[in-house]
This record gives sequence, structure tokens and C-alpha cells, in this order.
Amino acid sequence: MGLAVTILIDGLTYASWLFIVALGLTLVFGVLKILNIAHGSFYALGAYAAATFVGWVATMKWAPGWSLVAMLLAAIAIAVLIAPLTERGLLRFFYGHDEVLLVLVTYALFLCMEDITKLIWGANPYYVSEPYSLFGNVEIGNQIYVGYDFLLVVLAVVVGVAVWWALNRTRQGKIVTAVIHSPEIASSMGIQVSKVYMHAFGVGVFLAALGGAFTAPMISVQPGVSVGVIILSFAVVIIGGLGSIEGAAIGALIVGLARAFAVHVVPVAELFSIYVVMAFVLMVRPEGLFQRIQARKI
Amino acid sequence: MRNVSTRKNFRTLALTTALASASLLAGAQETFKIGVVSFLSGQAAESFGIPAVNGAKVLVDAFNKGQAPAPYNKKGFGGMPIEALYIDENGGATKQVQELRNLYDREKVDAVVGYVGSGDCLAVAPVAEEMKKFLILYDCGTPRIFEDGKYNYVFRTAAHATMDNVALARYLKSRNVPVKSYNMINQDYAWGQDSRKDFMFSMEKLYPDAKPGEDQLPKFGAGQYGTEISALMAKPADLVHSSLWGGDLQAFIMQSAPRGLFKRSQVVLSAGDHVLPSLGEKVPDGTILGARGAYGLMAPKSALNDWWWESYSKANNVYPVQAPYRMAQALLGLKLAAEKAMAANGGKKPTAEQLAAALKNSEWDSPAGKIRMTLGGGNQAIQETAIGRTRWDAGKKMVMIEDIQRFPAECVNPPANMKSDDWLKAGFPGAKCN
Repeated sequence: MGLAVTILIDGLTYASWLFIVALGLTLVFGVLKILNIAHGSFYALGAYAAATFVGWVATMKWAPGWSLVAMLLAAIAIAVLIAPLTERGLLRFFYGHDEVLLVLVTYALFLCMEDITKLIWGANPYYVSEPYSLFGNVEIGNQIYVGYDFLLVVLAVVVGVAVWWALNRTRQGKIVTAVIHSPEIASSMGIQVSKVYMHAFGVGVFLAALGGAFTAPMISVQPGVSVGVIILSFAVVIIGGLGSIEGAAIGALIVGLARAFAVHVVPVAELFSIYVVMAFVLMVRPEGLFQRIQARKI
Repeated sequence: MRNVSTRKNFRTLALTTALASASLLAGAQETFKIGVVSFLSGQAAESFGIPAVNGAKVLVDAFNKGQAPAPYNKKGFGGMPIEALYIDENGGATKQVQELRNLYDREKVDAVVGYVGSGDCLAVAPVAEEMKKFLILYDCGTPRIFEDGKYNYVFRTAAHATMDNVALARYLKSRNVPVKSYNMINQDYAWGQDSRKDFMFSMEKLYPDAKPGEDQLPKFGAGQYGTEISALMAKPADLVHSSLWGGDLQAFIMQSAPRGLFKRSQVVLSAGDHVLPSLGEKVPDGTILGARGAYGLMAPKSALNDWWWESYSKANNVYPVQAPYRMAQALLGLKLAAEKAMAANGGKKPTAEQLAAALKNSEWDSPAGKIRMTLGGGNQAIQETAIGRTRWDAGKKMVMIEDIQRFPAECVNPPANMKSDDWLKAGFPGAKCN
């Protein structure tokens, strides 16, 4: 019983972190049909920006609670600055081209961003551990958890519900859905598809940066943080179905729980557990758990 | 007639000037080119690659100005200026093989000093050997390179990883740390797996009753250790061993210390010194750690170490930890080998063969003590090492290392012609610890 609860909690906290990042990835794919490898770079930018913003809060000697606001603002700042620059300045020139070309473009961007972050923030690590201790510790059974880990669970739920509600219950969401189904028809109905693309990409960047910003207090922010998260996020969206929000949530939960189970029971299969689940899902449902089979347009 | 003679004189003068300039130019171009390969980007850059390159820059500059202390005080290498090219190790072993070929073939470097990653070392060593080019591996830890292969042109000027874990186990024993059970967390690649195995073999001999428990092998660069920490805490043990390093180690400490792991178990870190300057008071007091040599705060007192510590600290605003120390001992060894070879060949730039002959079986003083090339047919170094405990010094605002114990090289390294695994399994035969 104790082990099951521990696996559940560990899986849930890990899944929450993954979901926030993977949600942005799946949203961008759903709307723009871009498998955005640079998503990991936006995650790293969010972490670096959060480190800087929280540093300012500390310098100004504001109450530690403000560091949470600073992290949120850092993610917004990255989205506002980087998303239009990337989408308008680079990606739009490749719309309509082969999806593989877009993958290569975002991969090139990923490599450039790795050096750009190093140029701006240098190679030395940044620490913003103050927010990590804001919520104290929680004792469950023989385990002590940091309260901040549960904040990530709450954040993931809030973000997931907000995005679902925006897409399914608002006029703007219906417009985005129309663009997802057919940009051509949406365009002929008077929808400014390029604007929808830009906004959707902005939300995607924001979610990646938000994931990075709220992870920053748990890690040392330094070159290379962008790599691991993007690979795991791909696994999540492939399991859930590319472009599906529900899929990202379920995919993240499956990955989180499978990994937690492996770490506790068969540690040597930690990484294997994630990809064996992915392989199994692809065998049974090649399009992912939540993506409907679509007719190919000719 | 006068005009002809003047013209002739002018031509002679011009020719002489041209020849003199050419010879001067040739003299000026006679530099010793070193390719320095280390991580300048990626996850290993901050902890290892960049500090090591910073160390190389400090030393090359001091060598070229003739400012290093004796016996390293000749300008450059035997008067020949040193030119260093810095190459990024990031990108995987295949890329490194290509980069190494480029350094030798296109850049015409006289020696390459590099490689942090054990996988990179295993990949490039046979290539340098095949090309008959001089290569010093300055950092990577896997013992397999010289235990499984024989090289003429490839050297490693630092001890391999076996030393780190034998020293840790010996330290625990000598300090009477009670260990009935121990957990482990190591990265799932050559370094982590070798370290884990060496520690287990050492514990089997020194603590025969101690039982290994949790054996976590997260991937390199995992970053999130919440689940692994839960697993380590779910099966409490007297000791937690780890060879994590860089950002992984920093994240592990930041995530596990608030959860009380360091209070429940004695944590021992085989390569943990390099996170002390950056993590500061986040490192729990009493953590037992090594530096993969007598480096940084555990370096022995010497004039050479004082000079190195001050030069590096002044240039980089932080004290040197293990990676720059290992770079320093590689470059100091190369300098002495180059000068020895030049003394034997009449002062000419040494060939790869002459450099190799000079470095083989040699020994030299480094800021971390004596380096001796006694293993792997004279191509693999041994050195003394040290282990200690951390304590946050609020006055100095830095983590200090106290209760330091030094281990002679012969106490914690296998003898020549004996593989590490065999030596550990046999219970360290021939070890000289006093």
C-alpha cells in the first residue's frame, strides 16, 4: 500500500511537470502542424528568465512569495518576446513546405538557441531555490515531500483546464478549432489564419517557458537543460496523439506512472519503461490514444 | 656602370632582406600547436569543460610569458611559443573522431589534450593511434582504455575512476563509519556504471557484511530526481553512494537535501567537489566527498599549488576544482615531455614519437602532487587522492572540507599489469597505504 501511494505521488508530480511542457508542444503541432524541436529551447529560456526575475525579486528584498509572480512574468515575457520573432520572422516562410523541412528548421533553431542562451546568460549555473522552500515539507508515510512539488500538480491542472476551456468554450477557441480542421476553409470564412498561428504559437512558447520557469527552483539552470525535456515531451504527445490536449494529459500520466513504477520496482528499466509503453501504444493505435484517424487530403 | 652596380646592390639587398624576413617569419611561425578539446556547450560545460579550458588558458598564457614557477619557467615549450586551439567536445563520439582528424590533418596540431567523456575517450584513442599522432586524455575516468588496449601515442595524465571509489570505501573504514546497508545512485553510462561496480567491489572487501540495497541508474542529464529520491528513502540505508556530477549532482542535492535524505543516510559523493563553489550552503554539512584526486580544497600545500590557485582564482573569480587541476597536470606533463624531447633532439620541435618517448614512464610535480605514468605500459598515470567532509563556514561564506584523509597512489590504484576489476576482487593485493 505504502509503495503504491509513493508511486502514485511520484508519478503524478513527474507527470505534472511533463504535461505543462508537452501541452505546448501538442498545441503547436495541432494548429501549425509543426513538430517543434525548439520547444526545449523555450523551456530553457523560461528557466533562465525565471532565474533572472527571481534574482531581481531577491535583490529588491521583496517578500519571497513574489518570486512565484516573477516566474509567471518570466514565462509571459519569453512568450511575448520570442514567439512573434520566431513565428513571424522564421517559421511562416516555411508554411506549406514538407513537414520534415519544418522539423529541420526547428532543429536548427534549437541549436542556435543553445548558443544564444549561453551568450546571454553565460555557462555558469543559476540557482533560484528560494521558491522551492516556500511551501514547506509534507510528510506522507515514510516519505517527506517538498510542498512545491504539489504546486506543480495544481499548476498543471489549472493550465490544462484553462487551455481546454479556452479551446472548447470560447469563440476564439472555436476559431482555432476551425483552423486546426482546415486552414483553407477557415481562411475562406474570413478567419485570419496567420494571426491564429501566431497566437497559438505564442501560447505554445508560453507553456514551454512556464514549465521551465517553475522547474528552475528545483535544478541548477545551465546549458543543456533543453535537451532531456524535449525527448520526453515527444514521447508524451506520441502516446497521447499529436495535437490532442486530453492525449497530452493522459500521455503525461502514463509516462509519469510507468517511470515511477520502474524506478521503484525495476530501476534498471527506468528509461525503457517509457519507450516500451510508447511502442505498445503505437502498435495498438499508431495515431496515438486520442487522435482520430483522418482522411488524407489530396 | 654605376647604375648597374647600384641596381645589383639593390637587388642583393632586396634578396637578402626577403630571405631574412622569410627566415624570421619561419621562426615566428614555429609554434607548438595544441588542440584542447573539452565541453564548451551542453550539460558537461559548466562543471567540467569550461573550467578546464579556463585552466588551460591560464597555463598557456603563463607558459608563453615564462611566468610559471620552476621547473616550468621556460617560455612556451623550450622557448617555442604555444598556440592553443579550443574545440567543443559536445556532439557525440562520431563527431569527436572527425574533429580529432581535422585537428591533426587540417590544423596540423602537434598534440591534442582533451576529452571529459569516457565514451569520447574510448572512440578517439584508437584513431590517434592509427594516425600515429600524440594524444593526451586529461579527464575521462573509465579504466578500460589502457586495460583493454595498448597504445604508443595515447596517454592519460590522470588516474582512472577505480581510485575514487577505493578511496571512498577506505575513508569510511578508517573513520569507522558504520555501514550495514547502502544504496546507490549513479548515471546510466560508462562512468556511472564503472563507479558503481568499483564501489561495490571495494565495499565487499572492506565491509563484507554490508548489503547493497537500492541501485538507481538514472540517465545522464535527467534533472528530475523526485522519484529516485523517494526510492532511496523508501528503503533507508546507512549510506548512499553516488558518482553523479555536474548539473545532475547539483539537481540531486537541491532536491534531496530538503527531503531529508542527507539526514537519514550518510551520503558519499565520489566526484562532488566541483559543486561546492556554486551550491555553497545548499550542500549539507558532513557530506563525505572526493574530487577524483587531491584537488581544490584538498590539494596538498606546495609552492606550485599556491601559484596555480592564485593564478586561476585571479583570472576566473573562483577557485579551481577538479577539472582545471586535471587540465593543469596534463599541460605540465606535456611541457616537460616536450622540453625533454627537445633537449634530446637539438632543440627542434619534437615529433609525436619523440613526445611519446619522453612522456612514457615519466613523472612530474603538479599542483595536486606527483603524477607518475606507471600503468598501461607507462601511458596511464597514478596519483594520490584525498577524501573529506563538508562544512559550511558562515564567516568565509564558503563550504570548507575538513577531516581530510590522503591516500598514496599505490594504496588506491591497482599495480601495473593488473586490471582494476581483478585487483578489487582479489582484495587490493600489493596496496601500499602507509
